[in-house]
Amino acid sequence: MNFLHILGIFYRNVVIIRRSVPKLFSLFGFITVELFLWGFVTLWVETVAPADGNYDFMLLILSAFIFWSVFDLSQRSFGVSFLEEVWSRNIINLFASPVKLSELILGFALIGVAQVLLAFFYVTPLAFLLYTLNIWDLGLYIIPFFMNILVFGWVLGVVTIGLVVRFGPSADILAFFIPFLLLPFSAVYYPISVFPPLLQKLTFVLPTRHMFEGMRIAIAEGIVPLHNVFWASALNLICVLLGFLFLYWMLRLARTKGYLSRLVQD
Amino acid sequence: MTTVLSVRNLTKQYNNLTAVNRISFEIKEGEIVSLLGPNGAGKTTTIQMLLDLVSPTSGDIEIFGKNLKEHREELLSMMNFTGPYSLLPYNLTPKEGLTVFALLYGVRDYKERAKFLLDEFDLAGLANKKIGQLSSGEHMRLGVAKAFVNNPRLLLLDEPTASLDPATAQELRAKILKRVQESSGAVLWTSHNMREIEIVSDRIVFLSRGQIIADATPQTLKKRFGQEDLEEIFITIAKKPISKSL
Repeated sequence: MNFLHILGIFYRNVVIIRRSVPKLFSLFGFITVELFLWGFVTLWVETVAPADGNYDFMLLILSAFIFWSVFDLSQRSFGVSFLEEVWSRNIINLFASPVKLSELILGFALIGVAQVLLAFFYVTPLAFLLYTLNIWDLGLYIIPFFMNILVFGWVLGVVTIGLVVRFGPSADILAFFIPFLLLPFSAVYYPISVFPPLLQKLTFVLPTRHMFEGMRIAIAEGIVPLHNVFWASALNLICVLLGFLFLYWMLRLARTKGYLSRLVQD
Repeated sequence: MTTVLSVRNLTKQYNNLTAVNRISFEIKEGEIVSLLGPNGAGKTTTIQMLLDLVSPTSGDIEIFGKNLKEHREELLSMMNFTGPYSLLPYNLTPKEGLTVFALLYGVRDYKERAKFLLDEFDLAGLANKKIGQLSSGEHMRLGVAKAFVNNPRLLLLDEPTASLDPATAQELRAKILKRVQESSGAVLWTSHNMREIEIVSDRIVFLSRGQIIADATPQTLKKRFGQEDLEEIFITIAKKPISKSL
């Protein structure tokens, strides 16, 4: 065994990781987010849940998981559609074609919806088969939240595209990391009452917090909490505007600094 | 003859580096103009500005008398390009790839167009093979076929025959010239193959360190330099200091 060979492989990877902000981010980011997530879950199970009364854990956790997966898939299918063009070095052809940015976004959104619906129609009978969980029993209460989840997934997809345009293909890890970053703070698997008071205030700006909190109330109480629908929709609208402004800004910067051609060179 | 492309005082500056420095040239209908220059002369940056992939620092680009920035989609639908930095999606087949691009360029009979181009560029036998499995020569042919997907009136060919053997290059060149003649389009062609440049060019625009230092027909250039070999002229011009404009 040649130690220099092993050192060569080790050094090659150290260089890559050291130079790449997204890679450093993924190194420390995922574990930090998981720590928050499981910390809050534990906190809820140990303290808040027993005091709050009877919970249908199966319904709450599995439906939260399914809807979070819808959100994750909505964002990922959007971001990956763009990344697919970068990975296959087709991105220059796309940007040099007469396709408008709005057409590109709509095209990605359409394939995103198709994938989300396919996954949803696959997983809901599967959940029923495995756990007798009937998501369809939740009825129309869920529709406003479902729509908001879908749209916010696209917004994060738009932001991911902007980041890849700015930082190059090595930022592809962000396509998978961004939704995960929001997971512990969106009160997906536990109510916001688990959060310390300051975090409850800070997470107010996250549309996902209102979506999942609202859905939990809808599932538990059979009513549509209008204030959650309102805040989820209003914040979502602001995020849509900010997301598109961010993408326009990044594309403008990319054209000025020559980042677009770098997308096929990195 | 109609002016297809008009470039005026085009400049691209990256911090302290001037990649393209106040270049101006025109291409008329039916004309094939070659953009020549050593590596780093600014050829690809110029082509990328013409495709709106890079924004100029200053200067104007007009295509059919219309400003590129203001009429981006309309003008890009009349243009097309191929270059070594733009591969077609490796996970599609040539047939699927050409169909996708025909759609992106708004070609109504996209299926027929894809089939026509597969036949025209001898790709029919490879129509259902993954693009990622094609040889570099086959991929290059496919790139050129894609460049004709919308019958462009302005074609930008950045080294369209690089990495091809001489026989295949000659064949592909002949196909490109035939299609260009049929469509009476204008072409901006870059290559490091001086024999190719001599065969295809009506005019040569020579770039060096971001500036145009010669704009003439191949014959005029040969007379001016008293040399029969375009490659010798290339080496002479490339070595000239930038102040000695030709």
